[in-house]
Amino acid sequence: MTAITLDQLDAAPRRLLPVVVGLGVALVCGGTAVLIIETMGHHVTGMTSLVPWGLPHIFAYVLILAASGALNVAMIASVFRRKVYETLEPFSAMLAIALLAGGLSILVLDLGRPDRLMLTMTHPNPRSIFAWNIVLYTGFMATTAAYLITLLDGRFSRFFGATSGIAFLWRFVLTTGTGLDLGILVAREAFNSAIMAPMFISFSLTFGLAAFLLLLPTAAWLRGGTPDRAVLQRLGRLLALFVAVSFYFAVVMHAFNIYTPQTRALERFLLLDGGVYTALLWGGQVLIGTAVPLLLVAMGRPISAAAAVMIGAVATIYLYVIVGQAYPQPLLPGMQISSIYGDGTVAAYVPSLTELLLSLGGVAVALSVLLAGCLLFRIIPRRFARAGAPGAGLQVAT
Amino acid sequence: MSARPDPGRRDALKLALAGGVASALGPGLFLVAAPAEARAPGLAASSAQRWGILIDAARCAEDCSLCVQACSDEHGWTVGGPPGREPQWIRTVAATDPVSGRSVRLPLMCQHCALPPCADVCPTTATFRRADGIVLVDRHLCIGCRYCVMACPFNVRFFLGDAVDNQRPHSPRGKGTAEGCTLCVHRVDAGGEPACVEACTTGAMVFGDLNDPQSAIRDSLASLPATRLRADLTLGQSVQYRGL
Repeated sequence: MTAITLDQLDAAPRRLLPVVVGLGVALVCGGTAVLIIETMGHHVTGMTSLVPWGLPHIFAYVLILAASGALNVAMIASVFRRKVYETLEPFSAMLAIALLAGGLSILVLDLGRPDRLMLTMTHPNPRSIFAWNIVLYTGFMATTAAYLITLLDGRFSRFFGATSGIAFLWRFVLTTGTGLDLGILVAREAFNSAIMAPMFISFSLTFGLAAFLLLLPTAAWLRGGTPDRAVLQRLGRLLALFVAVSFYFAVVMHAFNIYTPQTRALERFLLLDGGVYTALLWGGQVLIGTAVPLLLVAMGRPISAAAAVMIGAVATIYLYVIVGQAYPQPLLPGMQISSIYGDGTVAAYVPSLTELLLSLGGVAVALSVLLAGCLLFRIIPRRFARAGAPGAGLQVAT
Repeated sequence: MSARPDPGRRDALKLALAGGVASALGPGLFLVAAPAEARAPGLAASSAQRWGILIDAARCAEDCSLCVQACSDEHGWTVGGPPGREPQWIRTVAATDPVSGRSVRLPLMCQHCALPPCADVCPTTATFRRADGIVLVDRHLCIGCRYCVMACPFNVRFFLGDAVDNQRPHSPRGKGTAEGCTLCVHRVDAGGEPACVEACTTGAMVFGDLNDPQSAIRDSLASLPATRLRADLTLGQSVQYRGL
């Protein structure tokens, strides 16, 4: 058994300082954007009543999906007893909490009336999946925190089995709810499908593992170490599997829509005529988000593959969220519709700088929470367990 | 014996004549609403009533926008503007059959669904359906998440992204909250009819209680077919159309 496997982040200041400054600048920019939007109103953003959810929601979705997926590395060790990942469990849990915090901060700060957030607790609508998601998000945060505590504090280790099991189930329910956010919208042809739930679960596994593969080596670099290449390669192969599964769900959805007469025009738009949306599909989701990562994993470059996945993630979610709103809803199926409001035509959406800054601010929140976690708790593996080793166990530095 | 009919006989003859004319012209040709019954102050809305509008699109004139202007005046929103930016509580939509080229114009506003997707998704119950079928937004509960705007199949729910300086006391609006047609609930509760219906000069719109078998709207619906937009969604809208 390895003597010392986990450590706090005792980063060299020359490496830590630029990171802290960068995050500080991003947080200030995000905060400023929030003040501008909330003071002047959402008309300063690119969002309209035709495209009411924009770039902030895209980043929020990516972060929230990645949050539940990031926990998966820990779950593989905890629930499926794969000892090779045991030393990665605390970082995985901390990353999940951090990503969710970032995603939720964007969602909350983009509300038209964020000051009324408590109303979701005092006046919840039991029929609203949005209201349920608020319970699921806070519950995920709580169960993951409890799981992290049982990992780090020996006094609570007897609860480890229970907390890991609950966290594992919770993350699936949460991502199901996130997918159904869009899936239940009955008149939005690009969304309205139960496949959104499993597809978003596959997205979450992909985005979360990619975020993990990017940020764990970054944390290791901050403390002057290098991660175990064998473990990274192993995670890279797992990432390739998740990428393939995500692509499978996307293909099934498109094939089903092509076969269905009422969604054939939508598919033609997406695959051929949709301009920026077609470019996002082929260039973002298929090329950068699928083909390139698979190639990079095959070439033994898992971190580069993870970076490509995250770029593809933003493109993919942009595609689903925006095109689902911008593509006209069939008011009178079979009829050509027009009005001064733009009925019957594809709605325009151009993200504004304020939206971008708010979104990047949310990413900065996630990274700041992660950095704080790394500085406060011993969650960074000093060296990874070797693949196939009998198990490093969780020995905390003293 | 007098040649003059007695008053009772005269009334009966008038009634018969009116009935004959009404039967000849046929229900639905003239959509004339009886005045709605006012609700007593302090009395809650009741499911005994279900307010609705029947719109005969064939009667909408090519260049008419009286209903749109009346709603704008009544509630203080601005007609036009970049699509999606300015809330258009009611607007005229042109629908053209691509095969025959036949075109109709129809006013489009909140359809006041029996199963409103906007109310289903609202996390705080800010969007709700009153017992009498009117779908409203409680501005004090709305957090501005825009999920209702996403969920509306007709794009008739709006998000107010700017401050409003033209507020009407009976129709409060607020920056950062959702809004849409209220079916002029302030008028309906006082026994009146929506501003759009009142402004319509062609008889294309009739307002009334769908639960009242004696109402003009029920009478008209019983005599000639009408349809709902996106009837396949089975949302049970209170706004129905004819002549599409």
